[in-house]
Amino acid sequence: MAKYVGKRVLLAIVTLFIICGITFFAMNAIPGGPFDGEKAVSPEVKAAMEKRYNLDKPVPEQFVIYMTNMLQGDFGISLKTGRDIKTTIFESFKVSAKLGGMAILVALALGLVFGSIAALTRNKLPDRLIIFFSTLFTSLPNFVLATLLLLAFCIKLKWVPVWDPNHPNYILPVIALSAYPMAYITRLTKTSMLDVMGQDYVRTARAKGVARLKVIFKHTLRNALIPVVTYVGPMTAYILTGSLVVEKIFTIGGLGSKFVESITNRDYTLIMGTTIFLAVLMVTMNLLTDIVYKAVDPRIKLD
Amino acid sequence: MYNLDKDIDKMPKKSPLSLQIDLQKFEKATEEEKRQQDVMSESVSFFRDGMRKLRKNPLAMGSIVVLILIVAMIFIVPHVVPYEYSQIITVNGKRDKTATNMGPFQYSEKEQAYIDEGGKIFPHIMGTDELGRDYFVRVIYGTRVSLTIGVFAALIVLLIGVLYGSISGYFGGKVDLVMMRIVDIIYSLPDMLMVVLLSVVLKEVLSVESIPALKNIGTNMLSMFIVFGLLYWTGMARLVRGQILTIKQNEYILAAKVSGAKSSRIIRKHILPNCISVIFISAALQIPSAIFTESFLSFIGLGVQAPMPSLGSLANAARAGLSAYAYKLIFPSIMICLITLSFNLLGDGLRDAFDPKLRR
Repeated sequence: MAKYVGKRVLLAIVTLFIICGITFFAMNAIPGGPFDGEKAVSPEVKAAMEKRYNLDKPVPEQFVIYMTNMLQGDFGISLKTGRDIKTTIFESFKVSAKLGGMAILVALALGLVFGSIAALTRNKLPDRLIIFFSTLFTSLPNFVLATLLLLAFCIKLKWVPVWDPNHPNYILPVIALSAYPMAYITRLTKTSMLDVMGQDYVRTARAKGVARLKVIFKHTLRNALIPVVTYVGPMTAYILTGSLVVEKIFTIGGLGSKFVESITNRDYTLIMGTTIFLAVLMVTMNLLTDIVYKAVDPRIKLD
Repeated sequence: MYNLDKDIDKMPKKSPLSLQIDLQKFEKATEEEKRQQDVMSESVSFFRDGMRKLRKNPLAMGSIVVLILIVAMIFIVPHVVPYEYSQIITVNGKRDKTATNMGPFQYSEKEQAYIDEGGKIFPHIMGTDELGRDYFVRVIYGTRVSLTIGVFAALIVLLIGVLYGSISGYFGGKVDLVMMRIVDIIYSLPDMLMVVLLSVVLKEVLSVESIPALKNIGTNMLSMFIVFGLLYWTGMARLVRGQILTIKQNEYILAAKVSGAKSSRIIRKHILPNCISVIFISAALQIPSAIFTESFLSFIGLGVQAPMPSLGSLANAARAGLSAYAYKLIFPSIMICLITLSFNLLGDGLRDAFDPKLRR
């Protein structure tokens, strides 16, 4: 196990390093420096500014400086607003984390319930309905769903108030974010439940007269959960990228809308900082998912 | 050796010392018995059998019909409707400034006056947008752009993935090890994040004006293809490599080798039929996911260049007047859903029909 964890951690670190490299050198490839604004700056001032921000050094050295600063928690300052990027990221991430966390919980809980119901009522009406809706939800891009929800419940029916940072109402954004992962988990749970229900030990348990509910929860669902665990990593990535558009649509001032804003403003240092921050989150979640998966499934051989 | 067909009536006498079966103890087969041996149904090839199964799947057939209809619309509508996707509506040679944000089948005052005078104006089936462009044509062009991106992305993924995967699977050993580590790393990059990042950068860096062939595509679309080509082939490469490795180990390959089949025959008859369907199906399933990605990028402003529409950018533009002109969101949304739903259902149907491992 230790060897496996070590190998995975190493791969994650290599991945993160590559991401930082791609991000840094890609941003540097964009023509034009940060001081080429509308106002012409005198060459002396420009040189002084470039010296101040280490821009006069060769690019590889800048990369080393950037990485050292970043490892010490310093992401630099935003090109457009001049604010510290670390504080911007952490403050806006508070909102996004709450939203994303709720979406993950909702997707997991509802997905498991619907998936189990579909498996237990195989080929009957509930199963058909659940599978129909989950197919529909997997074909609906989240920004379309989010805009439709906003249109229907905020604007036309006025059941839910428009987003207000002081009295946040998370219902609609959470639905928009969790619909796709929920549908995916539903389908995953159903196939995995059906798989386990065909196993010998489930038949044995039923034959020796174990109560139906106990068979479902103790023998079937517990084992059917294992494939669902593998989806948690990709789901986090989906929800984090989904928050880009969903936050923009509901005008929530989270990290997602900050990221989109930085893209439209061409605020390259902020894009860089946010990309690396999100990448660290996603890679860490994938790493945890893989380790947990190996830990909970006794059938998997560790190498 | 006796020629049984000829000498069937005069069975040879068995030598008493021989251990051979006495042929005279056998009865001749009657005509009816002979007929029972006839093959009643003609032999079914793999492809035919799959098609038969597919035809029995109503969802998959419905998806095919929907997709054919959409493709037909893409080709026919631009010839029938007399508007261009970037053309602001003109009445009688004059630009009509009042013809903005009209509902489906509405006419502006100028148009109405022109019709009353006896002029003919093609109805705006989905109304017009905020600049006074015919929305139906824009949605159809958007569908065309989105579908093109989807199909091309799938082709890029198919080409790179199959090449890389088969080289890795064929050579094996150290080559395989190194190639697969590279795939592991690319695979573990957060794809959407990298797509966004690369689109931002490529949009700035690429200059397509110098190459006339690329000028029509536009920087954004080109960078989208590059991004797909750089990131999305890893899944396909893994699939192809895995398929080749597992199939190579099967006993029937060994059996074919032992019975002296040439490697060209083994590849043609044994390896290809067993993996090509899986590969094509997963390539087909790339189309909706590419359309998803494209519409996502268009939505956050990194998609195709204006005035060219794509379904994602249309949906994004529709948010501006959402409460008053909801139909502008509904039409492209329905189109995206129809396309992705059809491809997903068709992909599932194809998998059920053609995947040898799922056959029962």
